[in-house]
Amino acid sequence: MMQSKLGLDFKKVEHARSLARNIAENVQSFVDSYTTVAVERTLCRLMGIDNVDDNQVPLPNVVVEELKGKGVLNQGVLFYLGNAMIQTGLSPQQIAEGVAAGKINLVQMEIADKKRIEEVFQPVINDSLKKIRTRRERRNEYLRTIGEGPKPYIYVIVATGNIYEDVVQAEAAARQGADIIAVIRTTGQSLLDYVPYGATTEGFGGTFATQENFRIMRAALDKVGEEVGRYIRLCNYCSGLCMPEIAIMGAFEGLDVMLNDALYGILFRDINMQRTLVDQYFSRIINGFAGVIINTGEDNYLTTADAVEAAHTVLASDIINEQLALLAGLPEEQMGLGHAFEMDPALENGFLYELAQAQMTREIFPKATLKYMPPTKFMTGNIFRGHIQDALFNMIGIWTHQGIQLLGMPTEAIHTPFMSDRYLSIENAKYIFSDMKNIGDEVEFKEGGIIRKRAALVLDNAVDLLGKINSEGLFNALEKGIFGDVKRPKNGGKGLEGVTQKGENYMNPFINLMKGAK
Amino acid sequence: MSGGLYSMAAKDFDKTLDLTKIKPYGDTMNDGKVQLSFTLPVTVGAEAIEAAKQLLKKMGFDNPLVVYYRELTPGYTFFNCYGNCTHTVDFTSIYVPKVESTVMDMHQVDDYIREHIGRKLVIIGASTGTDAHTVGIDAIMNMKGYAGHYGLERYEMIDAYNLGSQVPNEEFLAKAIELHADALLVSQTVTQKDVHIKNLTELVELMEAEGLRDKMLLICGGARISHELAKELGYDAGFGMNTYADDVASFVAEEVVKRMNKK
Repeated sequence: MMQSKLGLDFKKVEHARSLARNIAENVQSFVDSYTTVAVERTLCRLMGIDNVDDNQVPLPNVVVEELKGKGVLNQGVLFYLGNAMIQTGLSPQQIAEGVAAGKINLVQMEIADKKRIEEVFQPVINDSLKKIRTRRERRNEYLRTIGEGPKPYIYVIVATGNIYEDVVQAEAAARQGADIIAVIRTTGQSLLDYVPYGATTEGFGGTFATQENFRIMRAALDKVGEEVGRYIRLCNYCSGLCMPEIAIMGAFEGLDVMLNDALYGILFRDINMQRTLVDQYFSRIINGFAGVIINTGEDNYLTTADAVEAAHTVLASDIINEQLALLAGLPEEQMGLGHAFEMDPALENGFLYELAQAQMTREIFPKATLKYMPPTKFMTGNIFRGHIQDALFNMIGIWTHQGIQLLGMPTEAIHTPFMSDRYLSIENAKYIFSDMKNIGDEVEFKEGGIIRKRAALVLDNAVDLLGKINSEGLFNALEKGIFGDVKRPKNGGKGLEGVTQKGENYMNPFINLMKGAK
Repeated sequence: MSGGLYSMAAKDFDKTLDLTKIKPYGDTMNDGKVQLSFTLPVTVGAEAIEAAKQLLKKMGFDNPLVVYYRELTPGYTFFNCYGNCTHTVDFTSIYVPKVESTVMDMHQVDDYIREHIGRKLVIIGASTGTDAHTVGIDAIMNMKGYAGHYGLERYEMIDAYNLGSQVPNEEFLAKAIELHADALLVSQTVTQKDVHIKNLTELVELMEAEGLRDKMLLICGGARISHELAKELGYDAGFGMNTYADDVASFVAEEVVKRMNKK
């Protein structure tokens, strides 16, 4: 344990963790007995099913909808696919194509012995796992040979809507010093209950996440990474209605960072909580196995609730998210727990409060690759002041050893970043990261001062809140609007119709094969 | 730049303010000084700088000055520039349609509604279509409000319903009917490729088809929304940057009273 510069009471931190552990285990006991259409489509993809039918419907959707329509989704796709492999001798892809053509009826077949079913898809399982391991090994090889930028990693977004234009923007950003490129998704993709197919050139405020777009960007970043002598990480969004599906596509294509947070989807996309917590579990197992750093979305709470009053909700949620991730076998180093610099610039000593909270978050999660988010709520269109707000944010990033610094743009609230906006922001960050490199090692905070008191207060409030959530259960707490001032009913929101309780023949061997494994 | 800090150029232009011919102000009336930055898709070099200067001339700037340039990535060069604008505008002949209401604070609005309407006004708001951003509608509606202006939820005489983001127009309208809304607030943050125009227009058309358009006030807001644009699209008002809950509440209250008096 590092020496606390804040005089934090780590017994309280331990207590907070034990409360969160209990909250997470209660969620898990629900999650374990359910599956969703997205989880089943992910299993289709793990069985090698890809491509679309004549109507551009992805084949994983075709297969899953077929079973759902016949009311047998609760038995899971693997049971029926494995059985069909035995009965027809075809590959899963051929079977999916047969279902799409109306030539194969998965349900009206003789049912083989369950043990034989488990055996028949073993080679396909091995292939899929090998594919992911190879990708992971490729990343490690790059990190061993060309290396990576120092932390905090500089994270910028591209959002042109056209994957080929995104490549131009991403290459420019990498040459300017970016370490992580996030391709923002087109608005509304989080609510699609399928993943579009192929390379795309049209999007609103972002670019469709597709497996082909992942492949195009990964290849471009490998190339520019070799040029600049630094591995460039690729980030996308494993959130919304297709969490585990995006996770598996990312795992196949070598993505490095994924937004992956059910709480965010529940609160800010009105996705049904049962659906997305089940989806999240499998997606985090995949991300853990693929060596992907997940990012959580706590920063968003502060865009709706007040950043000073609601600071403890961010910490409480980070601790819950940590425990949920541990239950999915995700190593701490891959946890990009989120927090943000969102206080009103008019607040006196706001910088001190932000510094206290960032240092507190660092000390409570010493191994995590913390994701620190820039000011957005009080970015006004005054690009000149905005550049200074971002500078203050960058100072705290280097000072408190954040893992990922999501750079603010002076033109936040005006447009998605121009190439020049990104350049100005990266220059801002690199200047400060170099000029203040070791300030965190030099400065301690005085006992009884503003900074120590602030950290202690936020921790106390987070412990209280976790106590309340623990006695209510997470589902009820969310119904009461505990995070971000947003209330969500357990049976409301989008995607509930895609949740089903696992039946007696249900199988998903990937959970045991991937969870916590390398 | 090696040009020296102080401009020794004679300032031989008329330095009196003429509102029929205004131009930008740097530090001397009518100097026309403008700062701007842009990127050209060309490789850095003397030709790139010359291209930037020629472009400034075409934009109507005298004395184009490139003070900083930098190649962002091969084939793209960024410039910071200054120039003296040669164009003028007649300020005296400008007419801008505005939301015509006296802006009252929260208590004044509550009093006004109590006195002139005598019942609570129902206002529902949402970020509609595919727009996932709630920052705008939250700033207007949430209890806490924004920048010191309380949101509509705090008004005693307003029943405010914030439906959040990504609300389909049909659903929004159904809720409006169910709640007997007096006014609908539509927030639009994402404006790439004019997606907001399509969405805003769709709502007006839906309301007209249902025969609801003149039964409820229809208001839109967002950083890229102006009152003029709102009127063009068939809305009663539009609220852009630097407007708050009190602006919206005052307009709704006065407009409801105006319509009551017409009947």
